[in-house]
Amino acid sequence: MLTKRIIVCMDVKKGRIVKGVHFVNLRDAGDPVKNASIYSRAGADEIVFLDITASIEKRRTIFEIVKKTAEKVFIPLTVGGGIRKLEDIRELLKSGADKVSINTAAIERPELVQEASERFGSQCIVAAIDARQKKLDSPIKSGNDQKWEVYSYGGRKATGLDAVKWAKKVEKLGAGNMKHLYDALTRGKASAVLVASIFHYGKYSVPQVKRYLKNKGIAIRLV
Amino acid sequence: MIAIIDYGMGNLRSVSKALDTLGAQVKITNKAKDIKEAAAIILPGVGAFHRAMENLTKLYILPPILRAIKEGKPFLGICLGLQLLFTESEEHGTHTGLNIVKGKVKRFSSGLKVPHMGWNQVNIKKPVPSAQKPNLFKNISDKSYFYFIHSYFVEPEDKSVILASTKYGTNFTSAIRMGNVFGTQFHPEKSGNLGLKALKNFCQCIR
Repeated sequence: MLTKRIIVCMDVKKGRIVKGVHFVNLRDAGDPVKNASIYSRAGADEIVFLDITASIEKRRTIFEIVKKTAEKVFIPLTVGGGIRKLEDIRELLKSGADKVSINTAAIERPELVQEASERFGSQCIVAAIDARQKKLDSPIKSGNDQKWEVYSYGGRKATGLDAVKWAKKVEKLGAGNMKHLYDALTRGKASAVLVASIFHYGKYSVPQVKRYLKNKGIAIRLV
Repeated sequence: MIAIIDYGMGNLRSVSKALDTLGAQVKITNKAKDIKEAAAIILPGVGAFHRAMENLTKLYILPPILRAIKEGKPFLGICLGLQLLFTESEEHGTHTGLNIVKGKVKRFSSGLKVPHMGWNQVNIKKPVPSAQKPNLFKNISDKSYFYFIHSYFVEPEDKSVILASTKYGTNFTSAIRMGNVFGTQFHPEKSGNLGLKALKNFCQCIR
């Protein structure tokens, strides 16, 4: 049986893992290569590096990290953050990434998803979506029609796009994978869950989370 | 030396690094000379079947690959590399493959989410006949999880070549062995420790 995947996501800035609630109050949680290797051994099903380094020249470090990780970690590796052009994707794949994740660039230029999946195959293009529950002006709220809005620029900019509609659109454009960051979307048919800070600070370990889900009757790979 | 064939289809670095960690000597190549000199050959690959065949043809490396297989060199096809061994594929129309293994490459039925992506169980066919040793799944227990990413699967005419099968809607062939020719639909280089074990088992065929 195909399992649900536990994907460990690490935000990387200038070569170090950082993670904060909603991308603010960044804290240092260590070396990405070392951590990727530890998570892989602990049973993570995939690793994601999200490069949040702002300046272009410092972004070169992510290629080195990807190269080093691909030498040691033998599970799928996805890299996202700041990807704008086909050339960025090509270089990341060449460095050893299995998939690249596109977020802001896909919102600003949806054709990038199509071009990328035609050139490199839809299996290696991930559309990442940061969604947040919309603040409704109306005081009437019912559980069924809560809306989720898409955010770009690392969760800083509201786009006005509806998360579910946007997800369907990018899938049509050819993104082979969807990664839904928040709980409400994972309650649908998501086949993977992306987790970050609960692991980096040792609140729960990967085996703990996996055993918990397995006991709930979810198909999970235990190592 | 193990030749990893580079024909412009997907990430070869992982395969090469995985073999490196096992202490194998590898060379990523698209040269006939290297294929001729290699002790074993690995054909990896992700992407479209017809483009892969086109690339292999353009590089003039189909004859040396076929010759190496005929000479009995251990050969491992991974994912698309497994599919290319077959007679034909229905991906983007009908296209002819290497025809080393008789059979077809088919698409998963429309009701299923494709690509079939993620960790799925490999049901190892038992018992392994002694003629099939060394065994690709040595020290790997039945129903272990391996990493898959594909939209098409192989269907060999001769069922005796099937080493393992996996369930995704249908039971499809996830590993084959025909003499010196091995193939896996899953990616051993992306399947953690068990994947490395399978690669190590393959390396043990090399004299």
